[in-house]
This record gives sequence, C-alpha cells and structure tokens, in this order.
Amino acid sequence: MIAAVSIVDVVKHFGSLQALAGVSLEIAEGEFFGLLGPNGAGKTTLISTLAGLVRADSGWLSVLGHDVVKDYRQARSLLGVVPQEIVFDPFFSVRETLRIQSGYFGLRHNDDWIDEILENLDLAGKADVNMRRLSGGMKRRVLVAQALVHKPPVIVLDEPTAGVDVELRQGLWQFVRRLNNEGHTIILTTHYLEEAEALCGRIALMKQGRIIALDSTANLMAAHPGGTLEDVFVRTMNQ
Amino acid sequence: MIGFWTLFYKELLRFWKVGFQTVGAPVLTALLYLLIFGHVLDEHVQVHGVRYTSFLIPGLVMMQVLQNAFANSSSSLIQAKITGSIVFVLLPPIPYGAFFAAYVLASVARGLMVGVGVLVATLWFADLQMAAPLWVLVFAVLGGAILGTLGMIAGLWSEKFDQLAAFQNFLIMPLTMLSGVFYSIHSLPAFWQRVSHYNPVFYMIDGFRYGFFGVSDVAPEVSLMVVVACFAAVSLLTLSLLKRGWKLRA
Repeated sequence: MIAAVSIVDVVKHFGSLQALAGVSLEIAEGEFFGLLGPNGAGKTTLISTLAGLVRADSGWLSVLGHDVVKDYRQARSLLGVVPQEIVFDPFFSVRETLRIQSGYFGLRHNDDWIDEILENLDLAGKADVNMRRLSGGMKRRVLVAQALVHKPPVIVLDEPTAGVDVELRQGLWQFVRRLNNEGHTIILTTHYLEEAEALCGRIALMKQGRIIALDSTANLMAAHPGGTLEDVFVRTMNQ
Repeated sequence: MIGFWTLFYKELLRFWKVGFQTVGAPVLTALLYLLIFGHVLDEHVQVHGVRYTSFLIPGLVMMQVLQNAFANSSSSLIQAKITGSIVFVLLPPIPYGAFFAAYVLASVARGLMVGVGVLVATLWFADLQMAAPLWVLVFAVLGGAILGTLGMIAGLWSEKFDQLAAFQNFLIMPLTMLSGVFYSIHSLPAFWQRVSHYNPVFYMIDGFRYGFFGVSDVAPEVSLMVVVACFAAVSLLTLSLLKRGWKLRA
C-alpha cells in the first residue's frame, strides 16, 4: 500500500541554521496525524518542504507515491495546505477567492463544493464579502476552505485554530473529522495539545529539526500513566 | 490550461477592480504631458513632417503601454510576496511556463487598455492616421510583453517596495523617457544619438510611431528584430528564474 506521505532523510539548512536534520516519516492513507513541537522545531519547514514551498538540501518526499520535486504537479494536486500565517488577497470576495483557487487546481464549475465548504465552515453568509472585511478567525476559515477546494486526499493543517474562537473551532474539527472519516489523510500541527490528543491517532514530536518521538497517541500516553499529552510533551522535550 | 486561464483572469480582475488608479490615472498623466508640451511646442516644432502634437501622441501612448505593463506584473508580485498571498499560486500545480505567460499577458492587456485610453483621449488634439496599423499592434504587444517580463524580474528580485521603486525610477523611467517619446533622436547630438541606439525602448517607440506616420528614425524591420531579440532574452531569463523558484521557493 502506498503511503499518503513518505519523507526520507530530509535535511534543510537556512544559512548556518539546520532546520531539518534528517527527518524520516511515513504517514498512512486515512490517518489523522499530529506533528507537534515547540516553536522552531521544524514543523512548518517540514510541511513547506512537502508542499514545495521550500526545497530540501537532501532527502526525498512524496505524496501518495508522487515525488514532490520530479512529479510536482501530481504531488501538489493531491495536497491541500492551510498555511500558518493569515494571508489573503485583498482584491477579492470570499467566493471569488475560492473560485480562483479552484481554477488554479484545474477545476471549473466548482460552486456546489464551494457552497458545501462555506456552509460547513460557517462562511455562507460572508460569501460575497471582501476578504479585507472579515475578522481574523473568518480569514483563517477561508484559508481552510482554500485548502479544500480541490478535495485533496491529503490535507495539512498548520495551526488552523490559532485565533479561532471555541465555537468555530468545534465546527472546524467536526468538518475535518468528517473528511477524515471519508478517507482524507489529515496532518495537523497545533499548540493546542488537548486538540491533538482528542483528534490524532498517531503523533510525532519534533525538536531542533529531528523527530524525537513517534508513536500512536495511546502508546505515548501509556508511557506516562495518568498524564495528559501536555505532560508527555513536556517530559519528552526535557529528556 | 485552466490554471493558466485562472491566473490570467485573476491578474486582469486585480487591476480592473482598481481601474481608476491603474487605467484612469495613466490616461490623465499622458493628457497632462500632451497639454503642456503640445501647447508650448506645437506652433514651433515639426518632426518627420508632422506637427509636434501629432508626433508626440504615439510616443505618449507607447510610453504608457510600457510603464503600465511593467507596473502590472511588478506590483502584483511584490504585493503577493510581501503579504504572503503568493502561497496561493505556489501551492497549486501551475507549471512555471503558465505562471510566466499569465503574468505577461495580463501586463500586456493592461498596457494595451491604457494605450487605447490615451489614444482615444488625445484624438481631440490632433488628426492622427495610422499608416500601418499592424506595426502599431505588433510593437505595442511586444513592447508591453518585454516590460511585463521586466516587471516580473523586478517583482521577483524585490523584497521591499523601495527596491521595486528603485528599479522603476532608476531603470525603467529613464529608459522610457529617454527613448524618443518627446523627440526624434535626429535632433540629438551625434554622441547621444549613438547612446540612444543602445536603448531597446527607443526601437519600441520608433517602430510604434512608424505605424502611424510611415516614417521612423530607423527601419521598422530593424526595430522589430531588436524588440524580438530583447523579448526572447528577457523571457528566457525569467523562465529560468521561475524554474529555479528564485526568491519564491526557499
């Protein structure tokens, strides 16, 4: 069976800083996978390398068997990425943004799916509002919508709930869980460890560009009986 | 192809949504040039056997085509890079050739739209005929494409708005203003005539003007060869930068 994501010995330097120090990781299709670590651990660099935004110095990455460099068009069409920073194009409304994003992925007449995403992310009432006029939480939900317009089998969520209120966060997770149940592979980075504990079947902990722990959430928790994922995180990072 | 058409459409929509600034303002600027220079010189100067106002209009049209083609691609890229929204075009599977073509064609479209606007607005001031309309179109499209491509290079290279402004003010503006927009290079001293022949924008303006009057400082075929060679050179450079992901992908 082909892995949803395969990462083999990936190294990346930014000048003298080693951001990724030989990361290897395999994520199976249909997994809800957590990528956790403190700021600067290399999570976003790893995701960016997978998405083709950053080029690895060495190593190999693939999405559903497609090399992210040699076969980048296939790999990118199978991947949906929610970036960490809130970014938007101020010229367009929410619906225009999603139609344009659909077109970039080769999709025309995608309005039925766009409407469904808008409904699920509680954005239907804002469809024709310019992006500039949305709150930070709403802009973040549009970012999630943009990553989903082409129904990618592998979805990467880089801190998708930062700055999003509790109610909307729950709505987002309900939708993402549904996508996972339908077979989409989800890769999540978050600093809300209780969310990772509740959602992720398997977790990798990163520190200084390396994976220092990788196991099912249940096994990681079992190693520290009675504790929360936060306890596991703190102890692992201090080891 | 859908990715290309979408990016092209997005670039058109981007400048059209602020059309007052991106189309209206350059037309007004060109009109002001015409009013000032035309008023002062029309009674005293004839170039290539035509009145100065008539001579000036094609130059102003082409100058605005070129400057606005440059402004379109460069401003779009620098804004997207600085705000971070560039990720929306970097994450999808858009080939670098399609990326290049979409930005350049949108720049040409804006340049031509402004050019037509200037031409229509200035028709009140002179009786202008087109001796060879095809030359007009060819030089306008190729000139817009060259400056649109240079705009891409500037947008990719710049990391701050002031770097882009430096590129525009210290390279593009002098090249366009000193290219024969306001004069025939035959009115210059011999040294500056020779210098003008090293300015590729001179050939764009001169060839474009040939399409109106049927006369030019150099043969239009020569201008066409220079312009095609320039477009090929800047296109190859830009395509190689995009292929490498220069200043786009870390």
